[in-house]
Amino acid sequence: MQKYTRTARSLHWLMAAGIIGLFALGVWMRELDYYSPYYEPAPYWHKSIGIVMVLLFALRIVWRYLNPPPAPLAHHQAWEKKLAHAMHLFFYVALALVFISGYLIATADNRPVPVFGLLELPPLFTPFDGQEDIAGEVHEYAAWSVIVAALLHAAGAIKHHVIDKDSTLRRML
Amino acid sequence: MKKFIAASAISLGLFSAPLFAAENYTIDTKGMHAFVEFKISHLGTSWLKGRFNDFNGTFSYDDKTPANNKVSVTIKTASVDTNHAERNKHLRSKDFLDTDKFPEAKFESTKVEKTGAKTANIYGKLSLHGVTKDIVIAATEVGAGNDPWGGFRRGFEGTTTLKLKDFGINYNLGPASETVEMHLNIEGIRQ
Repeated sequence: MQKYTRTARSLHWLMAAGIIGLFALGVWMRELDYYSPYYEPAPYWHKSIGIVMVLLFALRIVWRYLNPPPAPLAHHQAWEKKLAHAMHLFFYVALALVFISGYLIATADNRPVPVFGLLELPPLFTPFDGQEDIAGEVHEYAAWSVIVAALLHAAGAIKHHVIDKDSTLRRML
Repeated sequence: MKKFIAASAISLGLFSAPLFAAENYTIDTKGMHAFVEFKISHLGTSWLKGRFNDFNGTFSYDDKTPANNKVSVTIKTASVDTNHAERNKHLRSKDFLDTDKFPEAKFESTKVEKTGAKTANIYGKLSLHGVTKDIVIAATEVGAGNDPWGGFRRGFEGTTTLKLKDFGINYNLGPASETVEMHLNIEGIRQ
């Protein structure tokens, strides 16, 4: 069995945990009471972890380019390969949208994005009118689409592991 | 025939003009000599100030017949500005102004009661967040006079206090932050 590289596997699972965590954090923090002790730090964590995800995302794309993933399993149907490929592409596009829109919300009035107090990502564009509202909508829809796609992606992996009993999932473990 | 038309025009004009005409003013939002500002306590430690940037209105002023005095102002709620994009976004959300559902707030006066030479209580209905309530604005005339560009202007300052809960805004900001003080400055150009 030809596995994904150790780096690719690490990046995959780190990002899976990070993205699901950020989604939950994002949904949760918007419902917080003003007097919750997390009201102030939660968005700070969300932004900080988000920027870490952007770095992992960039690293992952570079790594994928330099170390192409293993070929699809020989017995997979052409439509299965196409579907899996389309899903992966969708993840990249949707995640890029989440990252860009998140950055645009945080920098909507020329404030930098904090990264765990270690550094601050400066605003790179002059804000446009209604930036935080438009970026907010994009962020929400794109994040939900990532989570729905992740559920389908996981369902596919489990189906291959349990029903087809092939190595699709094990290659990533 | 020409004479007749001219005569009727004049008489109609005379009839339609009230004896004591109120002066009608448009609030100068074009040159922005008007401000709808608010302040609310932050945790009881400081004042948070903000304003609405987009509004328009008119008023009628009649020194002799108080019943002719009127004010009408419409505010675009989405223009709330507290100098912090994420907070503005939160204020526009369902937690506060719900500006998608209630894009406008409106004040329509019902009665103006003089309380002094330059002061008056302006009674009226404020529609905000889908709730219409009677409020009173304590107003003071700041000044009036010709402007340097051929117009005539009159300006007022007013304050009122609103309870957020009265308007169905129930987000808990703490016991010190249940009321918001409105501070209004308007300058009208006589039409």
